[in-house]
Amino acid sequence: MKLSPRRIREFLIEKLIFLSGLASIVFVALIFIFLLREGVSVLKTTSLGSFLGGKFWYPISNPAKLGILPLILGSLLVTAGAILIAVPLGIAAAFYIAEVAPKRWRTILKTCVEVLSAIPSVVLGFLGITVLVPFLKNILHLPTGLTAFSGSLMLAFMALPTIITISEDAINAVPREYKDGALALGATHWQTLYRVVIHGALPGIIAAAMLGIGRVFGETMAVMMVTGNAAVIPHTLFEPVRTLTATIAAEMGEAAKGTPHYFALFAVGIVLFIISFVINLTADILLHRGRKR
Amino acid sequence: MSRPENGLVCPPASTAGEVKMTVRGLTVSYGKTPALKSLNVDLRTHEILSIIGPSNSGKTSFLRSLNRMNDLDPHARTAGEVRLDGVDIVRDLSAEELRKRVGMIFAMPVPLPLSIRDNITYGPRMAGVRDAATLDAVVEECLRAAYVWDEVKDRLKTSAQKLSGGQQQRLCIARTLALKPDVILYDEPCSGLDPISTAKVEESMVELRKKHTLVLVTNNTKQAARVGTRTAFFLMGEMVEIGPTDRMFTAPQDQRTEDYIVGRFG
Amino acid sequence: MTNEGRRQKVGFGVLLLATFIVVIPVTAIVLLIVAKGWGALSWSFLFTMPREGMRAGGILPAIVGTVYLVFASIAFALPIGVMAAIYLSEYAKDNALTRTINLAIINLAGVSSVVFGLFGLSLFVIFLKFGVSIISGSLTLGIMTLPVIITTTREALRAVPRSYREVSFSLGASRWQTVRHAVLPHALSGILTGAILSIGRVAGETAPILFTVAAFYLPNLPTGLSDQAMALPYHLYIITTQIPGIPENYRYGTAFVLIGFVLIMNITATVIRSKARRKR
Repeated sequence: MKLSPRRIREFLIEKLIFLSGLASIVFVALIFIFLLREGVSVLKTTSLGSFLGGKFWYPISNPAKLGILPLILGSLLVTAGAILIAVPLGIAAAFYIAEVAPKRWRTILKTCVEVLSAIPSVVLGFLGITVLVPFLKNILHLPTGLTAFSGSLMLAFMALPTIITISEDAINAVPREYKDGALALGATHWQTLYRVVIHGALPGIIAAAMLGIGRVFGETMAVMMVTGNAAVIPHTLFEPVRTLTATIAAEMGEAAKGTPHYFALFAVGIVLFIISFVINLTADILLHRGRKR
Repeated sequence: MSRPENGLVCPPASTAGEVKMTVRGLTVSYGKTPALKSLNVDLRTHEILSIIGPSNSGKTSFLRSLNRMNDLDPHARTAGEVRLDGVDIVRDLSAEELRKRVGMIFAMPVPLPLSIRDNITYGPRMAGVRDAATLDAVVEECLRAAYVWDEVKDRLKTSAQKLSGGQQQRLCIARTLALKPDVILYDEPCSGLDPISTAKVEESMVELRKKHTLVLVTNNTKQAARVGTRTAFFLMGEMVEIGPTDRMFTAPQDQRTEDYIVGRFG
Repeated sequence: MTNEGRRQKVGFGVLLLATFIVVIPVTAIVLLIVAKGWGALSWSFLFTMPREGMRAGGILPAIVGTVYLVFASIAFALPIGVMAAIYLSEYAKDNALTRTINLAIINLAGVSSVVFGLFGLSLFVIFLKFGVSIISGSLTLGIMTLPVIITTTREALRAVPRSYREVSFSLGASRWQTVRHAVLPHALSGILTGAILSIGRVAGETAPILFTVAAFYLPNLPTGLSDQAMALPYHLYIITTQIPGIPENYRYGTAFVLIGFVLIMNITATVIRSKARRKR
């Protein structure tokens, strides 16, 4: 093979392309490594068990108590509330948009969903704290509107576009023959939908729900602005809570470099990273299994 | 058997020249079943080799082995030896070099979304030709050889995708000719074309035979009879019979060949 | 009406209701911000510096900071993302490495925004000693938006018909020549769409810039990559939660500018995408 300048240039470009392909792996690895680098030092002052299971998060007391159980429960509570609202709503809306809506409305509805997904989380948080929180406080006669419930409402809203679009894809991917077959046997459209189409789209819908969970769990700004930031174990949905994400965002500015508090916040980051890794992995496996059918 | 209908006379095979490509033990498989089993054949200069046979008999796999297009399929496994002018096309020649000398026309015309001129000059430009005057000359020469110059000479800068199907296919032929290949492979080139365009393509093939080696895979036995100097009959991955066209169609030596030509199966 | 017919009506009604519950608040949100924020928009709001502890004056430095961040992060992420997509679409074979890369992209897309902020702090601000600066923030945002660019570019490449590649190869072109001349030109609008969507996303992110670039208040506009900067989303967060006594329409105005910018980017991307689809 001749070694012309063109070939040399091509060789270099193709090497660059290959390296860029590897970039994602490199970045994921870097994230994990650099979180670990700081976060692992929390184990100098707190055992793994008391970090993950400790009931008290008092980072600025002396000695610092660094148990993240209240934070984990806060995240779980808010997420669970959000998913309970968003998954049924999202799937129902996805079915409507994909199967029932007249063609002209479909574009408008899909645009609305796209607009929703584009709204920055800080803007939703701003509206949440300005409009929603006082509203809930009055309507529900609460001492404060900054509660897990407000967080769940906001997050449900933010998860909806993910759940709707991915469920819609799954519903559209169900082969036409399934539907046509059912309709030809005399089933109504509705019956076809909830007997035949749901089964075909189920893996994709579950994946949509999982990705929605992942999105909600990792959400920071909107949650931080409406949930009140009380890092205590919640007992009801209508109390202030603190999520894992909000903890990092709110306290990192005050944690001095090299203190146990600082390391603990990185360790919280590791926990978040691992949880989202597991959720996304599961969702991806489900999506691929659904597609292979 | 039928004589050629439209007045074209296929010259006898003896005017074919020396051996251009040799194929020895060529086997192609996708997965477990072989599509082509241990094929041996020679291609000669100045000939048109028509290849006939039912679908899935290995005709296209054979064609695509000649210019290593099977390399693009990750599931294809090729064994055996193919030589162009005595040179092993896998070991001693790069795929790019080979394809500049062995061109291919596909069944569906695929004009690139470029102007007519840029379509024709694509091959030479990728090979490094820059001079505009050279390229313009190539454009005219090739469009003439493909019998489409008069129809497009005033709109060379317009998009090639606006041409009719027949014009597009002749454009693709011209595009392949721009690299001045020694061998031109035609993979059922007239399957989507009207009779007039088909006739023009066949006319250009007969002209091109003077300077090139042509291999034509076709489902249309009548076209094979019209155009080919030699004809080969493929069945289920094997070349059952090969010989001068008029003998193949009037006195085939294998019963299977006669059955196919007559239409007992297809 | 038959039982089945009635059940269908009810069922469809429920679905419609669900859709309304989703769609109506979206429109309400946009209308609310427009209605309350429009009044704050003025020349001085957009183009002067804030005064009196941000209770008066304008949001110019936040706008300028956001513009810098967006440009720098896209400048970093676009080449890498496009090349990574080219690798996956045109070069990668079906093996374990490719599966790992795809897995990494999915994970990168799912990482929480605040975790990106921590990562940026640890790697760029501290380890590489870039400090709290535009370069730290943009690199963090760039890595965060990489999956978006890779995914949209891959879709754009996939939409180019396979026959173009076949033809190019059959004419003796090398793989890179085929990518460069037969594939990329026809994927450009798709790539552009992805870039514009990324711009909208990057402009609205707060958590990644909290510890890497964002400043509470800067008296001067940033001039270079090593400067700190204010940014619209962070500014909105601060004036909403940290500073009392800011006039309400000022807050809505900031939200309006931010959401306006993001929606313009989204609309532009959608228009480009549908124009390209119509051409096909």
